[in-house]
Amino acid sequence: MPKGTGMTIETVEPGVAGEQLIPRQRRRSLVWEIGGAIGVALLLILVLPFLLTAIGQGVRVNQLGRFLALAIAALGIDLIWGFTGLLSLGHGIFFALGGYAFAMYLQLQLPTGQIPDFFQLYGVSQLPAFWLPFYSLPFTLIAVVAIPAIVAAILGYLVFRNRIRGVYFSILTQAALIVFFNFFNGQQKLINGTNGLKTDTSTLFGLQVSDPKLQSVFYILSVLFLLGGYALCRWLTSGRLGRILVAIRDDEPRMRFSGYNPTGYKVFVFAISAALAGVAGALYTVQSGIITPKAMDVAFSIEIVIWVALGGRATLIGAILGALIVNFARTILSEQFPAFWLFFQGALFLVVVTVLPNGILGWLRTDGMNWVRSLTGRPQLETYPSLETDPEVQYERENLRNSESDR
Amino acid sequence: MNGKILEIQNLTVSFDGFKAINNLNFSLDEGELRVVIGPNGAGKTTFMDVITGKTKPTEGEVYFKGRNLRPYAEHEIARMGIGRKFQTPRVYQKLTPRENLTLSCAQNKGVFANLLQAASTAERRTVAGLLETIGLPLKADIPAELLSHGEKQRLEIGMLVAQSPDLLLVDEPVAGLTDEETEKVGDLLLALAKSHSIMVIEHDMEFVRQIANRVTVLHQGSVLCEGTMDEVQSDSRVIEVYLGSDAAESQAA
Repeated sequence: MPKGTGMTIETVEPGVAGEQLIPRQRRRSLVWEIGGAIGVALLLILVLPFLLTAIGQGVRVNQLGRFLALAIAALGIDLIWGFTGLLSLGHGIFFALGGYAFAMYLQLQLPTGQIPDFFQLYGVSQLPAFWLPFYSLPFTLIAVVAIPAIVAAILGYLVFRNRIRGVYFSILTQAALIVFFNFFNGQQKLINGTNGLKTDTSTLFGLQVSDPKLQSVFYILSVLFLLGGYALCRWLTSGRLGRILVAIRDDEPRMRFSGYNPTGYKVFVFAISAALAGVAGALYTVQSGIITPKAMDVAFSIEIVIWVALGGRATLIGAILGALIVNFARTILSEQFPAFWLFFQGALFLVVVTVLPNGILGWLRTDGMNWVRSLTGRPQLETYPSLETDPEVQYERENLRNSESDR
Repeated sequence: MNGKILEIQNLTVSFDGFKAINNLNFSLDEGELRVVIGPNGAGKTTFMDVITGKTKPTEGEVYFKGRNLRPYAEHEIARMGIGRKFQTPRVYQKLTPRENLTLSCAQNKGVFANLLQAASTAERRTVAGLLETIGLPLKADIPAELLSHGEKQRLEIGMLVAQSPDLLLVDEPVAGLTDEETEKVGDLLLALAKSHSIMVIEHDMEFVRQIANRVTVLHQGSVLCEGTMDEVQSDSRVIEVYLGSDAAESQAA
């Protein structure tokens, strides 16, 4: 979210690498980034909701909160796809697991002895055993993160240990998604099948979940978790681990001959990314009022990938921007032209693939910069690799008159 | 043991019945620099694949420092002390040379060690020294994809050394290099040979002459002959497989 401050540190940008900047410079850019991120978060929490309400767009606050939650899932996809090269088309599983975990807790906020209404429809009189732990709030909060992470770790271990990569991995995640969808969709007696679990009529801390006060708490939580998720991903990708992930993305077999076992790294980031999706699912569920197996729709999982592609892979900020832009475009366009959103989405994806292969942020960092420069009358000669950033050229320029230049 | 760092016994590798390596026996002394030559398809690269664990032998065994390598995966073999350089330079393109080297010389290669620790001062010093050795200190911080072919070759040799292996397997280190660069790489390998055991696969005979004292010739997956460069070059079987039987006859005549 901090605009531009992250740029100097990303590995994507040629010529600048985090570790080698002078420490003071590096620390300063880090301070700028942290300051920027907190600034944007404060803006989102303190200013934007009141501004939107003041101009009569109060309904947008809830939408923004939901889309911020979705952006957390997009961060997770960026971590595994943008940095590690694992294209998961099944993140709906983890999103739904997080959502269901929280929804089950909310469904159980009943007077003692009662069980959720829908069970009576199917003649179930006793609560299935796996519901019981969800009476506990601490367990639920841990489960929102841990269940998706554990499922992902098991799935990931089996897949990665057998060296299944690339498109085969994508297909497998998609297949797993369909398995989970069918399970949740078919089990009325366990989790209300296709109808899903409603959360907006439940009570939490003495308030109805749909109460504006509670909703604004969820909004703030979405902003904070997004900030936390961003910080986590930024931390993971900026240090040694980040370099290793990029190396795995670019040449995994080579890593083995350098003595690294990629399996552990891939399982680890896949689990982290699933945990992020789980948190996203929980926050999205309480703000939209219901979770159904539709969250494990094939299209939804692919959409998350589209957001990241649009914003720019391996940029993190791009993932957040992509999620917000696409979702707001969807909402606003479907209000205006209800029938046409899917065409817009298709066109958007085609544009990204053909015109902006590096996404919006990737474009901004390369061609966008040059375009702005040419507008301000400072056109630059393009060379490959750029002479201006070639250290040997600079070294020779500096030492032209120096007798030691010919060493 | 007994001074042998690598011993290969009755090795056969077959792919769907085709024997890429056929009953090969080979051994390398500790501290030796050996060049392996052979016509295309002689099984040279498969030979390296087997030693590094990428391909498992169909029959026979590979012993490194007396340990059978069959049960180990590539990364475990790499950690035991076998480093490999590929035919086309395979460096991590999006990382800088400094990052490439740091990654290779990391002591602990587990997930959580790399999550929590930054590079130690000793590692940073090793990397800076290596950058000098391979002649890339000025380009240390630009992405490796912008390096020239020769620079990538040198970087990959640097990555190999950073792993501090006991045995270096080097596959065609001078392919596509200029004469000057070839000589530099040759000097680099000779300098490394003082403290490592090295096995080089190469086609460039000039280069082989520069570095080799013992040469092994592979042909159709087996060792054809072994000896000094001069012995090998005058061996009629070698001339035959390289130039065809006519040439061998005229040489003999």
